[in-house]
Amino acid sequence: MVAFRNAESRPILGRGPSPGLRFFFFGLLAIGLMWLDQRQGYLEAARRGLSMATYPIQVAVNSPAAFWDWLHDVFATRERLQKENAQLQLRLRDSDFRLMRFADLEQENLRLRGLRDATSRVAQRFIVAEILRVDLNPLRRRVIINKGSRDGAFKGQPILDATGVVGQITRAGTFSSEAILIADAEHAIPVQVNRNGLRTIALGTGDLHLLSLPFLPTNADIKVGDLVVSSGLGGVFPGGYPVATVVKVDRAATQTNAEIVAETAAKLDRDREVLLIWTDEPPIDVEPSEPAAPAAKNGSKP
Amino acid sequence: MSRDTLNRVPMLLSVVAGLILSILPLPNWLNLARPDFLVIVVLYWSIMVPRAGGLTLAFLAGLLLDASKGVVLGQHALALCLCTYIAIKLHLRVRIFPVWHQALTVFWLLVIYQFMLFWIDGMTGHQITNYLRWLPAFTGAALWPVFAGLLGNAYQRT
Repeated sequence: MVAFRNAESRPILGRGPSPGLRFFFFGLLAIGLMWLDQRQGYLEAARRGLSMATYPIQVAVNSPAAFWDWLHDVFATRERLQKENAQLQLRLRDSDFRLMRFADLEQENLRLRGLRDATSRVAQRFIVAEILRVDLNPLRRRVIINKGSRDGAFKGQPILDATGVVGQITRAGTFSSEAILIADAEHAIPVQVNRNGLRTIALGTGDLHLLSLPFLPTNADIKVGDLVVSSGLGGVFPGGYPVATVVKVDRAATQTNAEIVAETAAKLDRDREVLLIWTDEPPIDVEPSEPAAPAAKNGSKP
Repeated sequence: MSRDTLNRVPMLLSVVAGLILSILPLPNWLNLARPDFLVIVVLYWSIMVPRAGGLTLAFLAGLLLDASKGVVLGQHALALCLCTYIAIKLHLRVRIFPVWHQALTVFWLLVIYQFMLFWIDGMTGHQITNYLRWLPAFTGAALWPVFAGLLGNAYQRT
Protein backbone atom coordinates (compact mmCIF):
# COMPACT_ATOMS: atom_id res chain seq x y z
CA MET A 1 0.00 0.00 0.00
CA VAL A 2 1.50 3.29 -1.08
CA ALA A 3 0.04 5.00 1.92
CA PHE A 4 2.60 3.44 4.23
CA ARG A 5 5.58 4.22 2.08
CA ASN A 6 7.00 7.17 3.97
CA ALA A 7 7.27 8.81 7.35
CA GLU A 8 3.98 10.59 6.78
CA SER A 9 2.12 7.55 7.99
CA ARG A 10 3.39 7.77 11.56
CA PRO A 11 0.89 10.13 13.10
CA ILE A 12 2.03 9.36 16.64
CA LEU A 13 5.33 11.10 16.10
CA GLY A 14 3.59 14.39 15.55
CA ARG A 15 5.53 17.48 14.70
CA GLY A 16 4.16 20.96 15.29
CA PRO A 17 0.79 21.64 16.84
CA SER A 18 -1.92 18.99 16.67
CA PRO A 19 -4.68 19.23 14.05
CA GLY A 20 -7.14 20.19 16.76
CA LEU A 21 -5.05 23.17 17.85
CA ARG A 22 -4.42 24.20 14.24
CA PHE A 23 -8.11 23.98 13.46
CA PHE A 24 -8.93 26.11 16.49
CA PHE A 25 -6.40 28.71 15.35
CA PHE A 26 -7.41 28.77 11.67
CA GLY A 27 -11.10 28.74 12.53
CA LEU A 28 -10.68 31.79 14.75
CA LEU A 29 -8.58 33.46 12.08
CA ALA A 30 -11.22 32.82 9.40
CA ILE A 31 -14.02 34.12 11.60
CA GLY A 32 -11.91 37.15 12.47
CA LEU A 33 -11.28 37.81 8.78
CA MET A 34 -14.96 37.54 7.98
CA TRP A 35 -15.85 39.92 10.77
CA LEU A 36 -13.25 42.47 9.70
CA ASP A 37 -14.21 42.18 6.05
CA GLN A 38 -17.97 42.25 6.51
CA ARG A 39 -18.46 44.62 9.42
CA GLN A 40 -15.44 46.88 9.31
CA GLY A 41 -14.20 46.91 5.73
CA TYR A 42 -10.59 47.02 6.93
CA LEU A 43 -9.35 44.43 4.54
CA GLU A 44 -9.27 46.40 1.28
CA ALA A 45 -5.47 46.13 1.09
CA ALA A 46 -5.51 42.38 1.74
CA ARG A 47 -8.26 41.98 -0.86
CA ARG A 48 -6.25 43.94 -3.36
CA GLY A 49 -3.23 41.73 -2.75
CA LEU A 50 -5.26 38.55 -3.08
CA SER A 51 -7.06 39.72 -6.20
CA MET A 52 -3.70 40.59 -7.71
CA ALA A 53 -2.57 37.04 -6.92
CA THR A 54 -5.63 35.47 -8.53
CA TYR A 55 -5.83 37.85 -11.51
CA PRO A 56 -3.11 36.03 -13.53
CA ILE A 57 -5.05 32.79 -13.08
CA GLN A 58 -8.25 34.47 -14.20
CA VAL A 59 -6.49 35.91 -17.24
CA ALA A 60 -5.00 32.50 -18.01
CA VAL A 61 -8.44 30.90 -17.78
CA ASN A 62 -9.82 33.61 -20.06
CA SER A 63 -7.01 33.25 -22.59
CA PRO A 64 -8.31 30.28 -24.66
CA ALA A 65 -11.56 32.17 -25.30
CA ALA A 66 -9.61 35.33 -26.10
CA PHE A 67 -7.35 33.34 -28.43
CA TRP A 68 -10.40 31.88 -30.19
CA ASP A 69 -11.83 35.37 -30.67
CA TRP A 70 -8.52 36.53 -32.07
CA LEU A 71 -8.39 33.56 -34.44
CA HIS A 72 -11.94 34.26 -35.51
CA ASP A 73 -11.00 37.85 -36.32
CA VAL A 74 -7.83 36.93 -38.16
CA PHE A 75 -9.52 34.40 -40.42
CA ALA A 76 -12.56 36.53 -41.09
CA THR A 77 -13.88 35.89 -44.56
CA ARG A 78 -14.30 38.62 -47.11
CA GLU A 79 -18.07 38.10 -47.33
CA ARG A 80 -18.49 38.33 -43.60
CA LEU A 81 -16.49 41.51 -43.39
CA GLN A 82 -18.44 43.05 -46.24
CA LYS A 83 -21.73 42.08 -44.63
CA GLU A 84 -20.61 43.45 -41.30
CA ASN A 85 -19.42 46.64 -42.95
CA ALA A 86 -22.75 47.14 -44.70
CA GLN A 87 -24.61 46.58 -41.43
CA LEU A 88 -22.39 49.01 -39.56
CA GLN A 89 -22.83 51.68 -42.21
CA LEU A 90 -26.57 51.26 -41.97
CA ARG A 91 -26.43 51.66 -38.23
CA LEU A 92 -24.11 54.64 -38.49
CA ARG A 93 -26.54 56.33 -40.86
CA ASP A 94 -29.40 55.74 -38.44
CA SER A 95 -27.36 57.06 -35.53
CA ASP A 96 -26.23 60.12 -37.49
CA PHE A 97 -29.81 60.85 -38.38
CA ARG A 98 -30.80 60.73 -34.73
CA LEU A 99 -27.76 62.75 -33.68
CA MET A 100 -28.54 65.61 -36.06
CA ARG A 101 -30.84 67.29 -33.60
CA PHE A 102 -28.90 66.13 -30.54
CA ALA A 103 -26.75 69.23 -30.06
CA ASP A 104 -29.77 71.47 -30.40
CA LEU A 105 -31.84 69.35 -28.01
CA GLU A 106 -29.00 69.22 -25.50
CA GLN A 107 -28.77 73.01 -25.48
CA GLU A 108 -32.50 73.33 -25.10
CA ASN A 109 -32.49 70.80 -22.28
CA LEU A 110 -29.73 72.68 -20.47
CA ARG A 111 -31.60 75.95 -20.87
CA LEU A 112 -34.83 74.46 -19.53
CA ARG A 113 -33.01 72.85 -16.63
CA GLY A 114 -31.33 76.16 -15.96
CA LEU A 115 -34.79 77.77 -15.75
CA ARG A 116 -35.90 75.14 -13.26
CA ASP A 117 -32.57 75.29 -11.45
CA ALA A 118 -32.36 71.53 -11.70
CA THR A 119 -29.25 69.54 -12.35
CA SER A 120 -29.04 66.34 -14.29
CA ARG A 121 -26.32 63.80 -14.35
CA VAL A 122 -25.00 63.17 -17.77
CA ALA A 123 -22.37 60.58 -18.50
CA GLN A 124 -19.25 62.56 -19.35
CA ARG A 125 -16.53 60.06 -19.87
CA PHE A 126 -16.28 56.33 -20.32
CA ILE A 127 -13.71 53.63 -20.84
CA VAL A 128 -14.26 50.26 -22.45
CA ALA A 129 -13.73 47.26 -20.19
CA GLU A 130 -13.73 43.61 -21.12
CA ILE A 131 -15.69 41.00 -19.21
CA LEU A 132 -13.39 38.09 -18.38
CA ARG A 133 -14.83 34.68 -19.17
CA VAL A 134 -14.52 33.40 -15.66
CA ASP A 135 -17.31 31.64 -13.79
CA LEU A 136 -17.83 32.82 -10.24
CA ASN A 137 -21.02 31.32 -8.92
CA PRO A 138 -23.66 29.81 -11.19
CA LEU A 139 -26.45 31.03 -8.92
CA ARG A 140 -25.25 34.62 -8.86
CA ARG A 141 -24.85 37.15 -11.65
CA ARG A 142 -21.43 38.58 -10.92
CA VAL A 143 -18.63 39.16 -13.39
CA ILE A 144 -14.97 40.16 -13.38
CA ILE A 145 -13.93 43.00 -15.66
CA ASN A 146 -10.39 43.83 -16.66
CA LYS A 147 -10.30 47.43 -15.39
CA GLY A 148 -9.42 48.30 -11.82
CA SER A 149 -8.61 51.26 -9.63
CA ARG A 150 -5.48 51.75 -11.73
CA ASP A 151 -7.79 52.82 -14.55
CA GLY A 152 -9.92 54.90 -12.20
CA ALA A 153 -12.70 52.39 -11.57
CA PHE A 154 -14.40 52.75 -8.20
CA LYS A 155 -16.98 50.97 -6.09
CA GLY A 156 -20.51 51.82 -7.17
CA GLN A 157 -19.47 52.88 -10.65
CA PRO A 158 -22.26 52.32 -13.18
CA ILE A 159 -21.62 49.99 -16.11
CA LEU A 160 -23.48 50.32 -19.40
CA ASP A 161 -23.27 48.75 -22.80
CA ALA A 162 -24.38 50.09 -26.16
CA THR A 163 -28.01 49.21 -25.49
CA GLY A 164 -28.61 49.83 -21.80
CA VAL A 165 -27.62 49.56 -18.16
CA VAL A 166 -25.53 46.50 -17.31
CA GLY A 167 -24.69 46.78 -13.62
CA GLN A 168 -22.33 48.39 -11.15
CA ILE A 169 -18.92 47.71 -9.65
CA THR A 170 -19.02 46.08 -6.24
CA ARG A 171 -15.30 45.88 -5.59
CA ALA A 172 -12.50 47.63 -7.40
CA GLY A 173 -9.18 45.81 -7.35
CA THR A 174 -5.97 47.20 -8.78
CA PHE A 175 -6.11 45.55 -12.20
CA SER A 176 -9.60 44.07 -12.20
CA SER A 177 -12.97 44.69 -10.59
CA GLU A 178 -15.96 42.66 -9.60
CA ALA A 179 -19.31 43.82 -10.82
CA ILE A 180 -22.89 42.87 -10.11
CA LEU A 181 -25.29 42.70 -13.05
CA ILE A 182 -28.76 44.24 -12.79
CA ALA A 183 -30.21 40.73 -13.25
CA ASP A 184 -28.61 39.43 -10.03
CA ALA A 185 -31.28 38.52 -7.52
CA GLU A 186 -29.66 40.83 -4.96
CA HIS A 187 -29.62 43.89 -7.19
CA ALA A 188 -32.17 46.69 -7.30
CA ILE A 189 -32.16 49.73 -9.55
CA PRO A 190 -34.42 52.79 -9.28
CA VAL A 191 -36.27 53.20 -12.58
CA GLN A 192 -39.10 55.07 -14.20
CA VAL A 193 -41.44 54.27 -17.05
CA ASN A 194 -40.29 56.37 -19.97
CA ARG A 195 -43.83 56.97 -21.27
CA ASN A 196 -45.27 58.62 -18.15
CA GLY A 197 -42.49 59.02 -15.61
CA LEU A 198 -43.96 56.48 -13.20
CA ARG A 199 -41.20 55.69 -10.70
CA THR A 200 -40.46 52.33 -9.15
CA ILE A 201 -37.64 49.90 -8.46
CA ALA A 202 -36.57 47.04 -10.72
CA LEU A 203 -35.20 43.97 -8.98
CA GLY A 204 -33.03 41.31 -10.56
CA THR A 205 -34.47 37.83 -10.83
CA GLY A 206 -31.33 35.74 -11.26
CA ASP A 207 -32.39 35.09 -14.86
CA LEU A 208 -30.03 37.05 -17.14
CA HIS A 209 -32.87 38.32 -19.34
CA LEU A 210 -35.50 39.33 -16.82
CA LEU A 211 -36.13 41.94 -14.15
CA SER A 212 -39.19 42.18 -11.95
CA LEU A 213 -41.03 45.34 -10.89
CA PRO A 214 -42.88 44.18 -7.79
CA PHE A 215 -43.78 47.51 -6.16
CA LEU A 216 -46.44 48.85 -8.53
CA PRO A 217 -50.13 48.57 -7.57
CA THR A 218 -52.48 46.63 -9.84
CA ASN A 219 -53.99 49.85 -11.20
CA ALA A 220 -50.63 51.38 -12.16
CA ASP A 221 -50.38 52.83 -15.64
CA ILE A 222 -47.94 50.40 -17.19
CA LYS A 223 -48.36 48.07 -20.13
CA VAL A 224 -46.46 45.55 -22.17
CA GLY A 225 -43.90 47.22 -24.41
CA ASP A 226 -43.21 50.17 -22.10
CA LEU A 227 -39.58 51.19 -21.96
CA VAL A 228 -38.20 51.38 -18.43
CA VAL A 229 -35.27 53.77 -17.96
CA SER A 230 -33.04 54.53 -14.99
CA SER A 231 -34.48 57.35 -12.91
CA GLY A 232 -31.21 58.67 -11.50
CA LEU A 233 -32.60 58.59 -7.97
CA GLY A 234 -30.34 57.01 -5.41
CA GLY A 235 -27.28 58.48 -7.02
CA VAL A 236 -25.60 55.39 -8.43
CA PHE A 237 -26.92 55.25 -11.98
CA PRO A 238 -27.29 58.33 -14.16
CA GLY A 239 -30.89 58.96 -15.20
CA GLY A 240 -32.47 58.27 -18.56
CA TYR A 241 -30.61 55.18 -19.70
CA PRO A 242 -32.64 52.19 -20.94
CA VAL A 243 -32.92 49.41 -18.38
CA ALA A 244 -35.62 47.07 -19.65
CA THR A 245 -38.78 46.64 -21.70
CA VAL A 246 -41.95 45.40 -20.02
CA VAL A 247 -42.92 41.99 -21.37
CA LYS A 248 -45.59 40.84 -18.95
CA VAL A 249 -48.11 42.62 -16.71
CA ASP A 250 -50.23 40.36 -14.55
CA ARG A 251 -52.97 42.19 -12.64
CA ALA A 252 -54.47 39.57 -10.36
CA ALA A 253 -57.57 40.97 -8.65
CA THR A 254 -56.64 39.33 -5.37
CA GLN A 255 -53.22 40.98 -5.16
CA THR A 256 -52.35 44.51 -4.13
CA ASN A 257 -49.42 44.73 -6.49
CA ALA A 258 -49.22 43.85 -10.14
CA GLU A 259 -46.74 41.22 -11.21
CA ILE A 260 -44.60 42.90 -13.82
CA VAL A 261 -41.74 41.29 -15.69
CA ALA A 262 -39.38 43.23 -17.93
CA GLU A 263 -36.68 42.11 -20.32
CA THR A 264 -33.28 43.73 -19.88
CA ALA A 265 -32.27 46.20 -22.57
CA ALA A 266 -28.58 45.34 -22.31
CA LYS A 267 -27.50 42.01 -23.75
CA LEU A 268 -26.24 40.68 -20.44
CA ASP A 269 -25.54 37.19 -21.70
CA ARG A 270 -23.73 38.22 -24.85
CA ASP A 271 -21.72 41.22 -23.71
CA ARG A 272 -18.00 40.97 -24.06
CA GLU A 273 -17.23 44.65 -23.78
CA VAL A 274 -18.92 47.12 -21.48
CA LEU A 275 -18.54 50.81 -20.70
CA LEU A 276 -17.52 52.19 -17.32
CA ILE A 277 -19.15 55.58 -16.89
CA TRP A 278 -18.04 58.72 -15.08
CA THR A 279 -20.68 61.37 -14.53
CA ASP A 280 -19.81 65.02 -14.22
CA GLU A 281 -21.85 65.95 -11.18
CA PRO A 282 -21.51 64.30 -7.80
CA PRO A 283 -24.25 61.80 -6.89
CA ILE A 284 -27.39 63.32 -5.42
CA ASP A 285 -26.92 63.27 -1.69
CA VAL A 286 -29.91 61.94 0.10
CA GLU A 287 -28.07 62.11 3.39
CA PRO A 288 -26.08 65.34 3.21
CA SER A 289 -24.13 64.56 6.39
CA GLU A 290 -22.39 61.64 4.71
CA PRO A 291 -21.08 62.84 1.38
CA ALA A 292 -19.04 59.92 0.15
CA ALA A 293 -20.66 56.70 1.25
CA PRO A 294 -24.42 56.92 0.75
CA ALA A 295 -24.50 56.19 -2.96
CA ALA A 296 -24.49 52.46 -2.65
CA LYS A 297 -26.71 52.47 0.40
CA ASN A 298 -29.58 54.39 -1.09
CA GLY A 299 -29.39 53.59 -4.75
CA SER A 300 -29.23 49.89 -4.83
CA LYS A 301 -28.02 47.15 -2.67
CA PRO A 302 -24.97 45.55 -4.18
CA MET B 1 11.66 9.69 3.03
CA SER B 2 11.59 12.16 5.88
CA ARG B 3 9.26 15.11 6.25
CA ASP B 4 11.93 17.59 5.29
CA THR B 5 12.48 16.07 1.89
CA LEU B 6 8.79 15.61 1.21
CA ASN B 7 8.12 16.67 -2.36
CA ARG B 8 5.26 19.14 -2.36
CA VAL B 9 5.41 20.04 -6.05
CA PRO B 10 2.67 17.63 -7.24
CA MET B 11 0.46 18.86 -4.43
CA LEU B 12 0.93 22.53 -5.30
CA LEU B 13 0.45 21.85 -9.01
CA SER B 14 -2.79 20.00 -8.32
CA VAL B 15 -3.96 22.92 -6.13
CA VAL B 16 -3.35 25.41 -8.98
CA ALA B 17 -5.13 23.04 -11.38
CA GLY B 18 -8.03 22.80 -8.93
CA LEU B 19 -8.30 26.57 -8.71
CA ILE B 20 -8.25 26.92 -12.49
CA LEU B 21 -10.91 24.24 -12.89
CA SER B 22 -13.10 25.95 -10.31
CA ILE B 23 -13.33 29.20 -12.32
CA LEU B 24 -13.05 27.78 -15.86
CA PRO B 25 -16.00 29.01 -17.95
CA LEU B 26 -18.50 26.24 -18.59
CA PRO B 27 -21.94 26.13 -20.20
CA ASN B 28 -24.58 27.10 -17.69
CA TRP B 29 -26.08 23.65 -17.09
CA LEU B 30 -22.63 22.16 -16.55
CA ASN B 31 -21.64 25.11 -14.38
CA LEU B 32 -24.41 24.29 -11.91
CA ALA B 33 -23.09 20.76 -11.53
CA ARG B 34 -19.42 21.78 -11.34
CA PRO B 35 -17.81 19.86 -8.48
CA ASP B 36 -15.70 21.84 -6.00
CA PHE B 37 -12.44 20.78 -7.62
CA LEU B 38 -10.13 22.61 -5.25
CA VAL B 39 -11.96 21.20 -2.21
CA ILE B 40 -11.63 17.68 -3.51
CA VAL B 41 -7.92 18.21 -4.18
CA VAL B 42 -7.36 19.51 -0.65
CA LEU B 43 -9.39 16.64 0.83
CA TYR B 44 -7.40 14.11 -1.17
CA TRP B 45 -4.06 15.39 0.07
CA SER B 46 -5.25 15.70 3.64
CA ILE B 47 -6.47 12.09 3.60
CA MET B 48 -3.38 10.66 1.90
CA VAL B 49 -0.59 12.94 3.18
CA PRO B 50 -2.04 14.96 6.07
CA ARG B 51 1.33 16.44 7.03
CA ALA B 52 2.11 17.75 3.56
CA GLY B 53 -0.46 20.49 3.53
CA GLY B 54 -3.17 19.82 6.04
CA LEU B 55 -4.98 22.73 7.58
CA THR B 56 -2.51 25.37 6.40
CA LEU B 57 -3.11 24.29 2.82
CA ALA B 58 -6.87 24.25 3.43
CA PHE B 59 -6.82 27.76 4.86
CA LEU B 60 -4.74 29.24 2.05
CA ALA B 61 -6.72 27.45 -0.67
CA GLY B 62 -9.89 28.73 0.96
CA LEU B 63 -8.59 32.31 0.91
CA LEU B 64 -7.75 31.97 -2.79
CA LEU B 65 -11.28 30.75 -3.44
CA ASP B 66 -12.68 33.69 -1.45
CA ALA B 67 -10.65 36.15 -3.46
CA SER B 68 -11.38 34.64 -6.85
CA LYS B 69 -15.11 34.19 -6.20
CA GLY B 70 -15.51 37.61 -4.63
CA VAL B 71 -17.22 36.65 -1.40
CA VAL B 72 -16.52 37.72 2.19
CA LEU B 73 -12.90 36.91 3.03
CA GLY B 74 -12.70 33.78 5.19
CA GLN B 75 -15.89 32.07 4.05
CA HIS B 76 -14.39 29.28 1.97
CA ALA B 77 -11.38 29.24 4.29
CA LEU B 78 -13.52 28.37 7.32
CA ALA B 79 -15.64 25.82 5.44
CA LEU B 80 -12.59 24.15 3.95
CA CYS B 81 -10.74 24.11 7.28
CA LEU B 82 -13.69 22.39 8.98
CA CYS B 83 -14.04 19.57 6.47
CA THR B 84 -10.26 19.19 6.17
CA TYR B 85 -10.06 18.86 9.95
CA ILE B 86 -12.65 16.09 9.87
CA ALA B 87 -10.82 14.45 6.97
CA ILE B 88 -7.52 14.54 8.89
CA LYS B 89 -9.19 13.07 11.96
CA LEU B 90 -10.57 10.23 9.82
CA HIS B 91 -7.67 9.85 7.41
CA LEU B 92 -6.29 6.55 8.73
CA ARG B 93 -9.71 4.95 8.38
CA VAL B 94 -10.72 6.53 5.08
CA ARG B 95 -7.41 5.63 3.47
CA ILE B 96 -8.09 1.90 3.67
CA PHE B 97 -11.74 2.12 2.60
CA PRO B 98 -12.66 0.79 -0.84
CA VAL B 99 -12.96 3.65 -3.26
CA TRP B 100 -16.80 3.77 -3.35
CA HIS B 101 -16.81 3.87 0.43
CA GLN B 102 -14.35 6.76 0.30
CA ALA B 103 -16.72 8.51 -2.09
CA LEU B 104 -19.53 8.24 0.45
CA THR B 105 -17.33 9.78 3.14
CA VAL B 106 -16.27 12.55 0.78
CA PHE B 107 -19.94 13.16 -0.04
CA TRP B 108 -20.70 14.03 3.57
CA LEU B 109 -17.57 16.16 3.83
CA LEU B 110 -18.71 18.08 0.74
CA VAL B 111 -22.18 18.47 2.20
CA ILE B 112 -20.63 19.91 5.36
CA TYR B 113 -18.59 22.25 3.18
CA GLN B 114 -21.66 23.41 1.25
CA PHE B 115 -23.58 23.79 4.48
CA MET B 116 -20.92 26.07 5.93
CA LEU B 117 -21.00 28.19 2.76
CA PHE B 118 -24.80 28.27 2.86
CA TRP B 119 -24.76 29.29 6.50
CA ILE B 120 -22.19 32.06 6.06
CA ASP B 121 -24.02 33.27 2.92
CA GLY B 122 -27.11 33.63 5.05
CA MET B 123 -25.29 35.42 7.88
CA THR B 124 -23.64 37.91 5.54
CA GLY B 125 -26.96 38.62 3.81
CA HIS B 126 -26.32 37.02 0.44
CA GLN B 127 -28.61 34.06 0.78
CA ILE B 128 -29.08 31.57 -2.05
CA THR B 129 -31.99 29.26 -1.26
CA ASN B 130 -31.94 27.43 -4.57
CA TYR B 131 -31.70 23.65 -4.02
CA LEU B 132 -29.30 23.42 -6.94
CA ARG B 133 -26.54 24.72 -4.70
CA TRP B 134 -26.22 21.22 -3.19
CA LEU B 135 -25.62 19.64 -6.59
CA PRO B 136 -21.78 20.01 -6.48
CA ALA B 137 -21.65 17.73 -3.43
CA PHE B 138 -23.28 14.93 -5.43
CA THR B 139 -21.18 15.39 -8.55
CA GLY B 140 -18.01 15.77 -6.47
CA ALA B 141 -18.63 12.49 -4.65
CA ALA B 142 -19.59 10.74 -7.89
CA LEU B 143 -16.33 11.85 -9.49
CA TRP B 144 -14.19 11.01 -6.45
CA PRO B 145 -12.91 7.69 -7.91
CA VAL B 146 -11.68 9.60 -10.98
CA PHE B 147 -9.93 12.23 -8.86
CA ALA B 148 -8.46 9.61 -6.56
CA GLY B 149 -7.05 7.80 -9.60
CA LEU B 150 -5.60 10.94 -11.16
CA LEU B 151 -4.21 12.34 -7.93
CA GLY B 152 -2.97 8.88 -6.97
CA ASN B 153 -0.62 9.10 -9.94
CA ALA B 154 0.64 12.45 -8.67
CA TYR B 155 0.96 11.01 -5.17
CA GLN B 156 3.30 8.24 -6.35
CA ARG B 157 5.80 10.95 -7.19
CA THR B 158 5.87 12.60 -3.77
